[in-house]
Amino acid sequence: MAQQLTAKEPTAEQIAELKIYREFGVSDSEYELICKYLGRKPNYTEIGVFSVMWSEHCAYKNSKPLLKKFPVSGPRVLMGPGEGAGIVDIGDNQAVVFKIESHNHPSAVEPYQGAATGVGGIIRDIFSMGARPIALLNSLRFGRLEGNPRVKYLFENVVAGIAGYGNCVGIPTVGGEVMFDESYEGNPLVNAMCVGLIDHDKIQRGVAKGVGNPVFYVGPATGRDGIHGATFASVELTGESEEKRSAVQVGDPFMEKLVMEACLEAINAGLILGIQDMGAAGLTCSSSEMAAKAGNGLELYLDEVPQREEGMTPYEMMLSESQERMLFVIDPANEEKVRDIFARWGVPCAKVGRVTDDGRLKLYHRGEVVADMPVKALVDDCPVYRQRSEEPAYYRAFASVDTTAFEEIKDLTGALKKVLASPNVASKEWVYSQYDYMVRTNTVVRPGSDAAVVQVPGTRKALAMTTDGNGRYCWLDPEIGGKIAVAEAARNIVCSGAEPLAITDNLNFGSPEKPEVYWQLEKATDGMAEACRVLGTPVIGGNVSLYNESEKGAIHPTPVIGMVGLVTDLDHITTQEFKAEGDVIVLVGETYGELGGSELQYAVLGKTEGRPPKIDLALEKRVQDAVLEAIRRGLVASAHDLSEGGLAVALAESCFGRGLGAAVNVETSLRPDVALFSESQSRILLSARPEKADALVVLLRERGVVCSVLGRVGGTDLVVKVNGREGIAAPVEELRKVWKEAIPCLLKN
Amino acid sequence: MRFAVIVFPGSNCDIDCYKAVRETIGQPVDYVWHTATDLSAYDAIILPGGFSYGDYLRCGAIARFAPVMDEVRRAAEEGRYVLGICNGFQILTEAGLLPGALLRNRDLKFHCHSTLLEVVNNETPFTREYAKGEIIDIPIAHGEGNYYCDEETLARLEANGQVVFRYKKGENPNGSVNDIAGVCNERRNVVGMMPHPERAVSELLGSVDGRRMFTSVLSAWRERHGAAVNG
Repeated sequence: MAQQLTAKEPTAEQIAELKIYREFGVSDSEYELICKYLGRKPNYTEIGVFSVMWSEHCAYKNSKPLLKKFPVSGPRVLMGPGEGAGIVDIGDNQAVVFKIESHNHPSAVEPYQGAATGVGGIIRDIFSMGARPIALLNSLRFGRLEGNPRVKYLFENVVAGIAGYGNCVGIPTVGGEVMFDESYEGNPLVNAMCVGLIDHDKIQRGVAKGVGNPVFYVGPATGRDGIHGATFASVELTGESEEKRSAVQVGDPFMEKLVMEACLEAINAGLILGIQDMGAAGLTCSSSEMAAKAGNGLELYLDEVPQREEGMTPYEMMLSESQERMLFVIDPANEEKVRDIFARWGVPCAKVGRVTDDGRLKLYHRGEVVADMPVKALVDDCPVYRQRSEEPAYYRAFASVDTTAFEEIKDLTGALKKVLASPNVASKEWVYSQYDYMVRTNTVVRPGSDAAVVQVPGTRKALAMTTDGNGRYCWLDPEIGGKIAVAEAARNIVCSGAEPLAITDNLNFGSPEKPEVYWQLEKATDGMAEACRVLGTPVIGGNVSLYNESEKGAIHPTPVIGMVGLVTDLDHITTQEFKAEGDVIVLVGETYGELGGSELQYAVLGKTEGRPPKIDLALEKRVQDAVLEAIRRGLVASAHDLSEGGLAVALAESCFGRGLGAAVNVETSLRPDVALFSESQSRILLSARPEKADALVVLLRERGVVCSVLGRVGGTDLVVKVNGREGIAAPVEELRKVWKEAIPCLLKN
Repeated sequence: MRFAVIVFPGSNCDIDCYKAVRETIGQPVDYVWHTATDLSAYDAIILPGGFSYGDYLRCGAIARFAPVMDEVRRAAEEGRYVLGICNGFQILTEAGLLPGALLRNRDLKFHCHSTLLEVVNNETPFTREYAKGEIIDIPIAHGEGNYYCDEETLARLEANGQVVFRYKKGENPNGSVNDIAGVCNERRNVVGMMPHPERAVSELLGSVDGRRMFTSVLSAWRERHGAAVNG
């Protein structure tokens, strides 16, 4: 084995003696295993390659047993986890492709580029399947915004980064969510999701097919940026993380646009046998995974790799995470045609390797073999760990907290204003107006609704999409929180008039080596898996982001659900705002005294404690099915999911769209403040034309769903009585102003 | 009537413009690559929105050198119709086909939302079916739409009726001088605007107020070529 000797690189012997592998996050026992698979000690390039392939980010070594619990198949699932993105059938030979991915750690140290390249990476995952990306979404978490300049800086630059990338590539950013909580202060979450459309017969796979076929590299030259990004993503953030800025890549959305158009053209011309993006761990991960999936080997001629800087070593080239690069395999007969397409788009393209039959990843540099590793060991043989799990003390202590035992809030209008002004509930217009959410002119329901809706061009169909997650619920009870995350996503989809199809998930957690965090991970995935089974929404792919910790400890456990639903006819599309004077307002579901983890508890009482609202998944399914049926039968004028802030906020938000008021009365045995702000699950606020209200109520009751007629849409005030006595009363415009101006106002201060 | 939608590397509203022409007036339309050197077959040329060449320099500063721009200039000189939308408008100002320049938005942020526009000049081929002073709902999506020109030019534009659209009073989203959202050349056959009429052509998308940009230019062309078309 040739050792490329440079001044910097230690020898295989030195790596062993000085335990240099530990610096790459490789443990002693893992090092032993690597030596066993190689039959010798790894050199510097090889240990680098192994360390990224065996990182949590690439190998899921701490989360694999937990991910196995998820249902991953279903009658509509065309491709489950394992490829760039999962694929679900939507009829007429069409399918939807989607995936969510995190870029948390890069965004914590360099928010603009971290977020921008997160968007770039997820777009490549989608078009590498052969799909045309049609929409982007995101899910963001930051520390408390009030009086915290660092949080403000992160928030503003993450949003600008997402906008800068997505707007330029020309894919509309149609939806998402932003939440603020102290637990994310040193470790924000930036999860990006992309949705694409594809015809069944165009689906691509990341496989290195056909021994002897050439391997092509497309995209800009490889630089020294992002080296060890995957490893960086798999360790805790510390005070020194700022120094890791060099591990963050710089995005070029213009190049991405060209690479995307060129790749889609080549794919649609039937010229590509296998294609994968160079995301985390760049050339290393794409080449070894493509070889592994085909059961083949692969040789790379590193001198042929386009290089941005002089004197790059094999180690640097293999571990660089320079952006906007793809790797693909073609039939040699098509080489001319492929080169012509990429030349027309002005995208660099180079033949850098060859598919072999020996099951090894072999790297050549300057006439010598500089690394030679079994592909299977890299991709499949990383040890899997079951970490120790332990119920945290806070969880036991919270069992006895009565979440309704606080001094009664008498000024309910004042409480509503406080909750509406909380950045978690307040209008996110400041965020989404920076995203081009209309480009490609298919966005039917814009951001700011329960779910965004994008038309499938040339059809009566549309896709509803949302991201959802509630770290507070998950922290208080990860199993219930996991269930609610899935249930709420599905409820949002249903409220928009769509049938939930499937989910992609992003598990954002702290260090799995902490028993309390591993317990959260176990319980949350239990809850998610059960909800996915009951609601019929399999997991078709996702991402795991562990080690989300700062000096203050782990973040709240935050599984984020990205869900897509199918609108079978454009006429079914439903939005949350009240439509007309006189419409009848109906509340579906029952309200209990459940304020654990609620927005009232957080924003007004200043704490997060107790147990979150309970959830009965069978009931949830019944509610969702009944409401979707009512929507499809044309009985519903507006539909809005009840979530943060409960009934009071749902009513207010339903008024905001058209500035219409409402007069309602809530009959309840609960205290008025509890009844209006409880976050009990499986509830939806509907309105219906007066002549359709009876049929709506009859249908819901026939389907075994509890509902109550609350009142009517009308006037310009929101008036909410509880058991006939005044509760909330305020002009809609006044409430809307509080809600709309809260975030811009906080950012100005 | 034949339309060309120019595709620069980085154009991303090309497909929207193409669709808008097809859906509003059903006329033949082609995507024309930035390297094309002959546009003589086209009666109207649309420069779409996007980020030509990445717009890492001043927006449109590189696109003005694209080979196709000589032909766009020739079309303008021959009195054929040229419409620049968003990045297309930026390119037309950089190419000197329209006066002024587009600076970064006043608050340095990208803005995407509906805007209300006042139709100031309804005597261009693209606006003849609007009423003068009519308020229409057309969305914007840009980071550099802050229209600027020196005072002398501004006075000339106003005097010549070259201001085609203005943001409704009090709703100027980007800091443009005199609330200008769109302008035309002296001859009125070249129009540039930051708002996106191609995004306002169906109820489903929230507004149909952009349709008349397309029906207008078709009727203008038919009038000019009346005999040939009707015959």
